[in-house]
Amino acid sequence: MKRITMRSFLTLIVVGALGFLAACGGGGTPVGVPPPPPPGQNAAAITVDGGPVGGYVNGAFVNVQVCQPGTSTCQTIDHVLVDTGSSGLRLLASQVTTITLPVLSDSSGNTLNNCVNFLDGSVLWGNVAQADIKMAGEVASATSIQLIANPAPGTYSIPVGCTGMNEDSQQTLGTNGILGVGPEAFDCGASCDNTSTPPPVYYLCSTGTGCVLTTVSCGASCNDIQPNAQVTNPVFNFSGDNNGVIVELPAVTGTAATLSGNLIFGIGTQSNNALPSNTAVLQLDSNDNFSTVFSGETLPMSFIDSGSNGYFFPNGVESGFAGNNIPICASPNDSFYCPATLTPFSATNQSGSTSSPINFSIDNTDNLFALNPNNFVFTDLAGPLGPGGPCNSTNTMSCSFDWGLPFFYGRSVFTAIDGGTAINGATPPFVAY
Amino acid sequence: MKILEKSFFLALASAVLMLLFALPASASLGGDVASVHQDQAHVKGTLKTTSAKAFTVHEINASAKTVIKEYVSADGKVFAITWHSQFIPNMQQLLGSYYQQFADAAATQREGHYSHRPLNIQQPGLVFQNGGHMRSYYGRAYVPAMVPQGVSKDDIR
Repeated sequence: MKRITMRSFLTLIVVGALGFLAACGGGGTPVGVPPPPPPGQNAAAITVDGGPVGGYVNGAFVNVQVCQPGTSTCQTIDHVLVDTGSSGLRLLASQVTTITLPVLSDSSGNTLNNCVNFLDGSVLWGNVAQADIKMAGEVASATSIQLIANPAPGTYSIPVGCTGMNEDSQQTLGTNGILGVGPEAFDCGASCDNTSTPPPVYYLCSTGTGCVLTTVSCGASCNDIQPNAQVTNPVFNFSGDNNGVIVELPAVTGTAATLSGNLIFGIGTQSNNALPSNTAVLQLDSNDNFSTVFSGETLPMSFIDSGSNGYFFPNGVESGFAGNNIPICASPNDSFYCPATLTPFSATNQSGSTSSPINFSIDNTDNLFALNPNNFVFTDLAGPLGPGGPCNSTNTMSCSFDWGLPFFYGRSVFTAIDGGTAINGATPPFVAY
Repeated sequence: MKILEKSFFLALASAVLMLLFALPASASLGGDVASVHQDQAHVKGTLKTTSAKAFTVHEINASAKTVIKEYVSADGKVFAITWHSQFIPNMQQLLGSYYQQFADAAATQREGHYSHRPLNIQQPGLVFQNGGHMRSYYGRAYVPAMVPQGVSKDDIR
């Protein structure tokens, strides 16, 4: 699956800023967590806990080892969020303290920077660097990652096109990084390559002239003869087991302090990652979505996302959307629901010939948080997504059901990467469970 | 894998574009029609205008499947904005003077518990809703007091 070509007119230089960054805290060891499963060639241990600074709810974390390319100079970063809703590894530069990763730059010395927004209005900004990424027995060699908040803030201004809540520390991000293992190989893809108007994702920056938008090759996958330099799903760059992942987490009734599970690499490549014939396979559309039927509405922009920490779906209080009038909590929990009591719901996920009914329940978020201050696992956490109202061709504001981490509790959820060959007759990209 | 040397190459497919950042960030939400054209220039988009009920919709289409709709009332003020894009558009540009209110409300929601989830801000002076995932985002923002009489919130789509 390697798609690297040797030809390039721009060289990479090492920017040694990282080595000078002060260590800023460190990941704590979770308390009361059962021992992780035995390590395997393609299985990394997942822990759901409060994250490196505590207070993270429904966050699935793994350890990721990053190495200076081609060397055994490595550092293991704990509490990196497993996110099937994005692609590429992003690490807080403040946590990469003992190694120096080479930052990409052009021949004039302008460094390549990456700006990515997430659905909560947050933004991550920082250099693109290359690392050998190691998890379990797998290696993604010389893979582009984002070093969040590198170089140090103030070296040059974050461009105006890169706006949102800047999450540049453990205190604001709540994790040490994000491991994007979603259904795409690259964070941007062809939209940042074969275009004269690149979106606000990649910038070349210098202390003299500031930052300007740039295109970046995503290699042969994008019909570009230049090698891929975009921030890349590490799994895609593994030498094997590189067509997707499985997130396995045990079932939880209500709430729990912590949870342990597995992130398994590859689908149908080993004895432990077969795609069973009775699995519900949801083929994804060009926007990596499928349909969920909920409250009589078909929501064609639905998705499964381990990086979302609850069930999120259209709210009816504002618009009178039939069948769903769950109250939204008061501030500061106003991105979550607060029904009076635990309330059961059902929905059906659909794609092609697959029709898969799902039962779930929603509890009062204010109560959940108040009554369980030391718990970080909440099965019945949910909130509003979009304003509600009918979903149709002219109103796509309320057309999503976001199946976050609670959906993963008690399931093995497969995410197959776009561009891969068919697995048991299912063509990636798809999700399955 | 013997690709040590290979890692020392970066490919940039084409030249750098500087134009976008010569433009001033100016008010859009709450601003006048002129601000729509500034937003259009900011994303290098094409503009289409349609009238309905008590407002005019200015639809900006740009790269990365970006569609931004700005809702302008009869008195020429932008009272609502919606977006669909692979990437979340520049909120400072689109929200203008309302950006700080958005940022403060979003920061407040982060207090107490960390999470990554769709954003829903419901304040008397600003409603902001955002959802989706990388490569498939959408959302809307509006100022309730500026929504013309007879226009439903469901018309902001």
